[in-house]
Amino acid sequence: MPNSKSAYSFSNKKEKFDTHIIVVWVDNEAGVLARVVGLFSGRGYNIESLAVAQVDEKLKISRITIVTTGTPQVVNQIKLQLRKLVPVHKVADFKREDKAVIFKEMALFKIVGPNNKLEGALKACKKYNPVLLDKTKKSNVIQITALRREIDKMSKDLKKFGLVSVSRTGAVAMTRGADIFK
Amino acid sequence: MSKLYSGAEIVFKCMEDQNVDHIFGYPGGAVLPIYDELQNFKSIKHVLVRHEQGAGHAAEGYARSSGKPGVILVTSGPGATNVVTALTDAYMDSIPLVCISGQVPTHLIGTDAFQECDTTGITRPCTKHNWLVKDINDLASTIHKAFEVATTGRPGPVLVDIPKDIQFQKTKYNRPKKEKKLNGKSHNHFNQNSIDELIELMSKSSKPIFYTGGGVINSGPKASELLRELVYATGFPITSTLQGLGSFPGDDNQFLGMLGMHGTYEANNAMHDCDLMINIGARFDDRITGKIDEFSPKSKKVHIDIDPSSINKNVKVDLAIVGDVKTVLSSTLKSLKQKKSKFLKSNKQKTSKWWEKIQKWRSVRSLDYIGSEETIKPQYAIERLYELTKDKDSYITTEVGQHQMWAAQHYKFNKPNRWMTSGGLGTMGYGLPAAVGVQVAHPKKLVIDIAGEASVLMTIQEMSTAVQYNLPIKIFILNNQYMGMVRQWQELLHDKNYSESYTAALPDFVKLAEAYNCVGIRAKTPEELDDKIIEMLNTDRPVIFDCMVDKVENCFPMIPSGKPHNQMILGPKDQESKKITGKGKSLV
Repeated sequence: MPNSKSAYSFSNKKEKFDTHIIVVWVDNEAGVLARVVGLFSGRGYNIESLAVAQVDEKLKISRITIVTTGTPQVVNQIKLQLRKLVPVHKVADFKREDKAVIFKEMALFKIVGPNNKLEGALKACKKYNPVLLDKTKKSNVIQITALRREIDKMSKDLKKFGLVSVSRTGAVAMTRGADIFK
Repeated sequence: MSKLYSGAEIVFKCMEDQNVDHIFGYPGGAVLPIYDELQNFKSIKHVLVRHEQGAGHAAEGYARSSGKPGVILVTSGPGATNVVTALTDAYMDSIPLVCISGQVPTHLIGTDAFQECDTTGITRPCTKHNWLVKDINDLASTIHKAFEVATTGRPGPVLVDIPKDIQFQKTKYNRPKKEKKLNGKSHNHFNQNSIDELIELMSKSSKPIFYTGGGVINSGPKASELLRELVYATGFPITSTLQGLGSFPGDDNQFLGMLGMHGTYEANNAMHDCDLMINIGARFDDRITGKIDEFSPKSKKVHIDIDPSSINKNVKVDLAIVGDVKTVLSSTLKSLKQKKSKFLKSNKQKTSKWWEKIQKWRSVRSLDYIGSEETIKPQYAIERLYELTKDKDSYITTEVGQHQMWAAQHYKFNKPNRWMTSGGLGTMGYGLPAAVGVQVAHPKKLVIDIAGEASVLMTIQEMSTAVQYNLPIKIFILNNQYMGMVRQWQELLHDKNYSESYTAALPDFVKLAEAYNCVGIRAKTPEELDDKIIEMLNTDRPVIFDCMVDKVENCFPMIPSGKPHNQMILGPKDQESKKITGKGKSLV
């Protein structure tokens, strides 16, 4: 701890960081994403990934899914601060370990190489619902949907098959069963 | 067919319907259509400031002293950027402001046009909400919503950016309809169980304390009345934050004075040792808590606040009651009367030891200072100012620094809305324009800005505004030629390296007053101080009072950096008598 010469005190407490998925329903209006993202950057919160799109055309509601890390106190603040924003309708929050919620990310992989490598790549993706979106003699574009860490792993593993480009989304989330987010 | 109004007219129609009587502003290219219409709306008076920051602080002073939102009108680009400091200040201290800014015409937005800036982008983090109006049909509803957002829940500043072409376009005007609650964001989220729990905690406690803040003021004068009732009904001691001063009488025996970094010894020690802390409308700010890990370690903590995000932000509490202070206090009092009608009697014995302890802390007399017959001690100046004005219903604003803390320590407030100071942001230059706004709201009252010579120079141009509108504000400058608080920290924390904290070329404030066509008065000795203050009070014009004070006086008591409440440094008088100068030094 630095020996403070200022009048601000330092805390010695070390708390555990958890990964949380925060889902926010907002009015789809100009600047709304900047408000949400600005809240995170302005207050020093993390954003690991972000997914946003309009989900209700008639009511013009967008759904923002943010993966963040923080101490329980910080995560609680994030939720409470988000709820204060005027265009925010509701906020839901889940731990990544939460079994009642499905989290998925999508990734596109471009593989360039000889045929055996292309096939190898496709085979390696087998567990993650691979879809072959584009195919030429020399290249493949494969889409997979999986968890973040699985996509992290695939991004590494596919290198040997000639992976040249990766594009991936943030996580989206949905509850299991008949329940919906409240 | 109903009449069509231009956007500029609609701005004023909305203000009429919102009962706005004063706006603070400065014209410029992108708001000229609005200024064109000003003459057609006689119920709305415009106060022309000299810098947009001044408009913002004046609106803050107006709002804080009257309970109504302050309204600002500025042009695009520099007009908007100049008001950002005041908006941020209002955001930190929860002051309701509505700022209307002009913007370049919609077809030029994004082209780096003359006096264009991304106003909504710049002000997004320092407003509760802001709007760029791109459709004339949205204008009226947006302005009405702006007033609603600014004044409901935890109050704060909002901004409506109106492009010049929208100001010219015409449409119908609809009066505001009673809006339903904002996305279900209602403000009272507590039930009777929490109130019962609070009363249970109160009746069990033997070392209780009320810790009250600006939320009591913001909840309206009724909240202060209820607070007094509750404090008298319980017999508990009460301390207040800087922003809360006035909600409870400063000269009452149950009041321990202000708490925090420059709070009293008794208030801070009571906070540290209490077994029940009832926070009403305060936010556990870092100037209040000191070292957070050692903050009031043995107490149960109750937090009453209208803003759910204030709960557990800095300090974890045992009981949270989310609601408007007025509503919560009235429920509490009602239940207290029903369930524990003899609370005061049964409690007196229980808390008698606690009060004995508090009296012991009080006997330290932590606000004492070493007087002088040659130079005016700044504390003495405030004491005299208080004694000579306490019979008047005076309004005090301050700048930021030592003088602000001395004012908070030595001027006793008995009513809410009489004390306007920049607490959260700590904006030097706040006090003079704030005094302008207070005087506009209360033309017949005595309004004094207790100032430092460094702070006041940041917005001194607003003297010209005061003179133009015959606002007889009194600028009472404690002139020590230093940025006093900076100098104090440099002395205590930075090995007396007084880097750039001395102002070598100050203006002659008496001549400066004359140049502004107001009155300058100077006091140099304690002997003449009273006469000069009386001269100031008898002057029915704006006055700059140059009070030449001790240059190196420090503001004590003080919680040094990274220390908890029970490790305060006391003033030199105490240090001398107890010979703890060495230890006091090592504490910082």
